[in-house]
Amino acid sequence: MTTAPHRLDPADARNAAREVRKRRLQAFLFVVPLLIFIVFAFVAPITTMLFRSVHNPTVANLVPDTLAALDDWSGETTPDETVLIQFASDMKRMANDRTSGQLADEINRALPGMSSVVKSTARSLRRVEDTEIAANGASLLLEANDRWADPATWHALRSAGQVYSSSYYLTSVDLERKADGSIAQRDTQIYVKLYIKTLRMALIITVLTIVLGYPLAFFMAQASDGLANFLMVFVLLPFWTSLLVRTTAWIALLQTNGVVNSTLMAIGVIDQPLELLYTEFSTIIAMTHILLPFMVLPLYAVMRGIDQSFMRAAISMGSRPLGAWYRIFLPMSLPGLSAGALLVFIISVGYYITPALVGGTDGQMISNIIAFHMQQSNNWELAAALGSLLLVLILLLYWLFDRLVGADNIKLG
Amino acid sequence: MKKHLTLLATLALTASPVVAQDLTVTSFGGAYGAAQKEHMIDPFVAETGTNILFEDYGGGIAEMKAQVEAGNIQWDVVDIEVIDLERACAEGYLEVIDQSTLPDGDDGTPAADDFIEDALANECGVGNIVWSVVFAVNTENGPGPQTIAEFFDTEAFPGKRGLRKRPQVNMEWALIADGVAREDVYDLLSTEEGQARAFEKLDTIKEDIVWYDSWSQAPVLLNDGGAQMVQSANGRIFAAIQDDGAPFSIVWDSHVYDLDVWAIMKGTPNKDKAMEFIQFATRTVPLSGMQDVAYGPTRRSAQALLPESVKQDLPTAHLEEGLKADGIFWADFGESLGEKFNEWLLQ
Repeated sequence: MTTAPHRLDPADARNAAREVRKRRLQAFLFVVPLLIFIVFAFVAPITTMLFRSVHNPTVANLVPDTLAALDDWSGETTPDETVLIQFASDMKRMANDRTSGQLADEINRALPGMSSVVKSTARSLRRVEDTEIAANGASLLLEANDRWADPATWHALRSAGQVYSSSYYLTSVDLERKADGSIAQRDTQIYVKLYIKTLRMALIITVLTIVLGYPLAFFMAQASDGLANFLMVFVLLPFWTSLLVRTTAWIALLQTNGVVNSTLMAIGVIDQPLELLYTEFSTIIAMTHILLPFMVLPLYAVMRGIDQSFMRAAISMGSRPLGAWYRIFLPMSLPGLSAGALLVFIISVGYYITPALVGGTDGQMISNIIAFHMQQSNNWELAAALGSLLLVLILLLYWLFDRLVGADNIKLG
Repeated sequence: MKKHLTLLATLALTASPVVAQDLTVTSFGGAYGAAQKEHMIDPFVAETGTNILFEDYGGGIAEMKAQVEAGNIQWDVVDIEVIDLERACAEGYLEVIDQSTLPDGDDGTPAADDFIEDALANECGVGNIVWSVVFAVNTENGPGPQTIAEFFDTEAFPGKRGLRKRPQVNMEWALIADGVAREDVYDLLSTEEGQARAFEKLDTIKEDIVWYDSWSQAPVLLNDGGAQMVQSANGRIFAAIQDDGAPFSIVWDSHVYDLDVWAIMKGTPNKDKAMEFIQFATRTVPLSGMQDVAYGPTRRSAQALLPESVKQDLPTAHLEEGLKADGIFWADFGESLGEKFNEWLLQ
């Protein structure tokens, strides 16, 4: 030890740095599979979804020339003949490529009822000679359907022709852009109501799981290991049965002549069966049951780690049990409570199967209408916008939660 | 390197336990799917030795759109409702079928004359069955309503009404119950006033409606007392009466009938084989097998094969009391009425 103790010679420093790099690389390689998985299974679909909600090139790709010709249109009368002829020839081409249906779908979204107009016009122009269209395209188009004389039709085409558009987000909050560019309420007011309802139901479910889950977790944390493990099996049991089985079990319990109604009638509490199934009530009950483990598990894990002598010390110093719980135990169990509440709330906001099966009319949530647009109306852009808005809403709530409670205060164990 | 490739190939082969399929046929499953398997799939497999994967789906065109958009065609032949066929065909998800290659009926009638009119109306499909949305009554507490107007009369016929949660059929029935003639229903529904009138009529029974999401729930609701009368696909009620002896009766007044057709997915590599299957499945005898689930065959020669006792249970015997579901109307207004319907539900 004759050299200065705190100085590495350059060769050692290099070796050390190389060693650090190697370790970093190793660590990185370990997470590479997960990273790739996340990129493919999570980041890519969400990015695609966000992009789809503002980007819809279908119409712009189908009739680029017509849209270019529409640029000079005043917007108050039927467009002039060159536009009509261009569109007639586009229609003929689409009728023969079988793409007129795509155009029909898109225009129909802006102006319901146009789908059949577009398709029948395409059919009538399919076999017309090109020279005939060049000469008489405008009158052929107006003969095929007089709605092509209506400026509203062309406004619909022009707005559907925008590649990037905020219209799906406007629709998601029940607004629309009028022909003059102003933003107004849509005739149909539905999505805002559904978002509010979804959040309200998620909140009720979260509160219910706390009311049911907190005492149970508290009891399990105080109990002997054997008893706690035994109770744990009951908490985990729902996890091991299929979601569909659990939901169907609720149908059997709650239906008109189901277990609950027959029992209540047998003991004389009611004489007419109560309407329990296909209501908001049944959705909330079934979802509370299904999501309860997500509350109990983090609560239990955190409570297990709380030293019980704190409570005993507080009580021995004269605190009442409830006071001791409130001032000592509750703050210490708060991280578990936060984690559980956040988990339950976020999962229930996006829940789909249970509301669809037991929800009936009142039990609908936003996810059910997203499914409607994915599967039935085929309006994937609107579904993407509704889904993105839901994502933003959740992030906003998380941010709010972080400000109020602190994200550091979340603990799963 | 070559060794590695062989190894990879072996792995790839052993990793997919499913035998390569010559043809994937997709339909709606349940008793209907079973009847198709018995009368169409199995005889075709026996005759041609083709391997067929017979899959279920829930209807709609979302999955077809996804497959065609991704260029990854997994289905070859698909059973589709006419209400969806219109869009699927116009949007380019289905192949055009050369209907002149369909075989003659077993009695020698040329295909063009043998098929009922609507069966070949769309160039992308060949009609398979006629099915119908009817309402059915649990007769334990009396015969119940006999017309759509009575179905909407909650004073004369109290009790819950089970309806499928969508605008289709419900809007049509509301107008018919309000006194609109069947042939005017779709014209009226295309107008704002007509739509408002239908919702107003639905308002009168809103408190008494139990909504459900899939056809399978309809007989269950009727059976467990959740509803006194339900809207249902006719085959489901028929099966409940036939197989379980349920005390139900079907009311054919103003039933809304529609066809299912066989169609071919656009871009499938097995197009010829798919066409061969459709030619086989829509011959007289396989079609007549659809009576097992009370759906009417789409060939006249197949209807002639049915026993008289069965005919009364098929939609084809009641067409004059019914209303043909208008696929073109629903392609126009399915989405906007879907939104309005959901808005109405929330009120």
